Amino acid sequence: MKLKTALMATALTGVAFAAQAQEITVMSWGGAYTKSQVEAYHKPFTATTNIKVNSVDADNPATPIKAQVEAGNVSIDVADVEFSDAVRLCDEGLLEPIDHAMLPAAPDGTPATEDFIEGALQDCAVANIVWSTVYAYNSQNVSGTPTTIADFFDTAKFPGKRGLRKSAKATLEMALMADGVPAGEVYDVLDTDEGVDRAFAKLDTIKSDIVWWEAGAQPPQLLADGEVVMSTAYNGRIFNAAVAENQPLEVVWDGQILDFDLFVVPKGAPNKDAAMQFIAFSTDTQRLADQASWISYGPARKSSGALVGKYSDGKTEMAPHMPTAAANLTNALVNNFEFWVDKDAELNERFNAWLAQ
Amino acid sequence: MALPNHASTLERVWHYTYLVICALIFLFLIAPILVVIPLSFNIEPYFTFTEKMLKLDPTGYSMRWYDLLLTFGMTDPDAARDSSWWADAWANANWINAAKNSVIIGFFSTVIATFLGTVAALGLSRPEMPYRRAIMAILISPMIVPIIIVATGLFFFYSSINIQDWGIPYLGVVLAHATLGIPFVIITVTATLVGFDHSLTRAAANLGADPVTTFRRVQMPLILPGVISGALFAFVTSFDEVVVVLFVGGLDEQTIPRQMWNGIREQISPAILSVATILVIISIALLTTVELLRRRSERLRGISPS
Amino acid sequence: MASAQSHARRRAFFLVLPLLAFILITFVAPIGQMLHRSFHNDGFTMHEDIGTGVRTPIMTNLKAWFDANPAGTEPTEEAFAALAADMVVLRELKAPGQAGTRINYELSGTRSMFTKAARQAKKLEAPYKDAFLDLDKDWLNPDLWRVMRDASSAYTFNFYLAALDLTRSSDGSIEKVNENRQVYVTLFTRTLFLSVLITFLTFVLGYPIAHLLATLPLRYSNLLMILVLLPFWTSLLVRTTSWMVLLQSQGVVNDSLVGLGLLGDENRLQMMYNQMGTVIAMTHILLPFMVLPLYSVMRPINPSYVRAARSLGATSWTAFRRIYFPQTIPGIGAGALLVFILAVGYYITPALVGGADGQLISNLIAFHMQKSLNWSLAAALAALLLGGILILYWLYDRLIGIDNLKLG
Repeated sequence: MKLKTALMATALTGVAFAAQAQEITVMSWGGAYTKSQVEAYHKPFTATTNIKVNSVDADNPATPIKAQVEAGNVSIDVADVEFSDAVRLCDEGLLEPIDHAMLPAAPDGTPATEDFIEGALQDCAVANIVWSTVYAYNSQNVSGTPTTIADFFDTAKFPGKRGLRKSAKATLEMALMADGVPAGEVYDVLDTDEGVDRAFAKLDTIKSDIVWWEAGAQPPQLLADGEVVMSTAYNGRIFNAAVAENQPLEVVWDGQILDFDLFVVPKGAPNKDAAMQFIAFSTDTQRLADQASWISYGPARKSSGALVGKYSDGKTEMAPHMPTAAANLTNALVNNFEFWVDKDAELNERFNAWLAQ
Repeated sequence: MALPNHASTLERVWHYTYLVICALIFLFLIAPILVVIPLSFNIEPYFTFTEKMLKLDPTGYSMRWYDLLLTFGMTDPDAARDSSWWADAWANANWINAAKNSVIIGFFSTVIATFLGTVAALGLSRPEMPYRRAIMAILISPMIVPIIIVATGLFFFYSSINIQDWGIPYLGVVLAHATLGIPFVIITVTATLVGFDHSLTRAAANLGADPVTTFRRVQMPLILPGVISGALFAFVTSFDEVVVVLFVGGLDEQTIPRQMWNGIREQISPAILSVATILVIISIALLTTVELLRRRSERLRGISPS
Repeated sequence: MASAQSHARRRAFFLVLPLLAFILITFVAPIGQMLHRSFHNDGFTMHEDIGTGVRTPIMTNLKAWFDANPAGTEPTEEAFAALAADMVVLRELKAPGQAGTRINYELSGTRSMFTKAARQAKKLEAPYKDAFLDLDKDWLNPDLWRVMRDASSAYTFNFYLAALDLTRSSDGSIEKVNENRQVYVTLFTRTLFLSVLITFLTFVLGYPIAHLLATLPLRYSNLLMILVLLPFWTSLLVRTTSWMVLLQSQGVVNDSLVGLGLLGDENRLQMMYNQMGTVIAMTHILLPFMVLPLYSVMRPINPSYVRAARSLGATSWTAFRRIYFPQTIPGIGAGALLVFILAVGYYITPALVGGADGQLISNLIAFHMQKSLNWSLAAALAALLLGGILILYWLYDRLIGIDNLKLG
């Protein structure tokens, strides 16, 4: 009986292999974000090219692709990574260079190189979205209204557990901003040993109240379950939990940290040409605008901005939920990718030692 | 364990306290496994008993999470539930695909482990076997070495021999799981051969039986219960294994534990609990089988379980 | 007769041979290959192009200078010129990250010096020493030069030092690393401590029920035994999930306590994402491994000894302590060793319920494997863990015998 099932299953997988001539594997961050990409990029891409897109998820795709390339065992064709990781991996020769000329022009004819916002095109990477790390709270479990980044670190005023991403990036910046460092000086301070000590000292004040998360889907869950009262999160995840799932979650934009997500192709990707085709297809004006109707991340092309309208429920305006909306930028920090390209390894090492102590 | 008549009051008190303590420990053992079963029928997406559930109100219960196991990943989950809906579920539902992968990997690794393990156990249980102790130690070691070390080693090893280019799906995971299942087969099969009188095989040979017949007629009936239990252990080991799959499995090689691992880390929806419930029921079935086999084996070897 | 015996020996051996070969290839060889990484890292000596597989030696000029000058020599202009030449090669190969990472493993904060210098490599001009110092004054750091000298040979034991929170000072002597970077000794100690605690807890919980099972008539004990064996057969992930459901702050245990009025709603206990979660869940998961060996030792104990002691006037406590308990010690030893060996290497459960302070050494190995990608350090940590476990395993074999391992 078992044998029969096994044989049948083997036969079925065989059929599946034969029917799909070409396919690519795209690695992203999971949850609502992957869903937005599947809807806006993968489905139309398969419909147009007949190339199947396998979607796989990681907490941070930069780590598995680095491991794969270094071990010489690459199975991912396209990955979605953060700015500093894209630059760092490119520096290390782990990514395929991307020819910007293959990217389609805007509908009005503006070439891609001018249509993308500054920094969105890199030697080995093409940005698709602008997102930010914010913190959010569950309005049912917090008495009062947190408004500043300092409130996140104030467990006397707002008692309860805090969720934080298990990574030095963004965490240290937020700690400094909460400690009174203006957004414009954060990276200057963090570049000194005293600044790093200061950030960890600030984190020490809430260390025993922190629940660490790694996957982007965790913070909305932790907030909704009441496991934490406030958590840092990727802003789009909170939006989706609040709007699509009606969770009582509120975003605090003060001290948000803006970053790009970029598509990259790992060196030795098994379907490199199809991967490039996928990137060109997915980062055209319409596709980027479409994605913004599934999750509140800003498109990386200027020409897409005008096409962004309502959320896929047909009633929620996306504009005020974007990290780049003017009202949300009052005390915002733009992630300094150069800083993290250089310091990522060192600060994470210190961070992990701190965690274990 | 009956209390003697002359027991003092203090001893009586102690005796009943002891029984209560034991009951509590048994509760500690079994409650966590049973608690998931009712919760998997929760109509709300919570992990705790709602008011309605406690009042046994049927509207507090539902099969929605079991339904989600079928529909999650389907291309068109809302279509009418006819044969094409089921075909869609069979082909695309994530959990069904994970179950297929788990069964395929479990089946082939069990076959390898059981075959190699049984043959080796026959050799190991012979009194003439040289270096018995050292070899036994090596063969049992996959059970003892931390799984993370095995997974790490295999990650580099498979990368260096490019196993994914060999074109045999699941090969890496199957070989690894076979290795992890082997100690169980060795232990259960050698246990059935403890006290086996090797003069029986010699007698059979003297009477003109060839080695194959001797094996089939003399040893086989004795070791069969052990072989089956060992195979079940090996299958369960593979069916439950996640670390090696995470490290060396291809991205499309999603198994049930891997899917659970992802689910638990990201959001434990009660769908995980419904998978857990199904797995608990499977383990009850397996446990029953192994228990029956063990008793059969003891009967055969003349060890009466009284 | 002798030839018949050697024939029999060979036949027995040939039956075992296929499996032995299988285990050696799929198990022993991979682990051996991994351990090789713990003392071999060519990040600062060799670059392999990912696309073509071409291997190019790097840092050759610097290596030549190191060979010509003894350890401790102050870096001269000549040394910096060699370094500059190597930087040009690194830049062409896109390897500054690789080389910098290798040095950064041993001296934190240096990776960026390499990437920065390589970016400027073409513009570097004589005098090179000043050119490098303009980029970063740390280029004169004697520690950096000591690390580069060590790393210019692929074979090193420094990863073992790192795995024990030790480092070499600039004169080559061994010292402790900076306090805010000490992790591994803490983690090893914690792993040992928690494993001992869990072993002890399984003993405390396992002994009474094993005793009950062993003294009840078989009809009943076989039924109760199912309660021990069912967890044993249930998926590890299922059991861990169950504990998450129970221990969450909005979970069953907290809800019950709040519902019974024993706990205020805002004072819910934090039993998960910390050491407590790890200890509770692992105690539950490993308990059957304690009960089964205890049971198999207790079952054959003849109750008449205890009865004899009682009739000679011993209290039941004395009879237990003097007569019964000593006979169960082999079972305790077997169970405790087995539980301890399994606990020390645990990964899944701490990863899911352990939070930050409930992580064990396996989780750190996984971290270096998957996240930081410091594979040599992961291998060194794995080697230390494996060494400890093999010693215990050997002990187990000596004291109890692997043949006596029973499953249900």
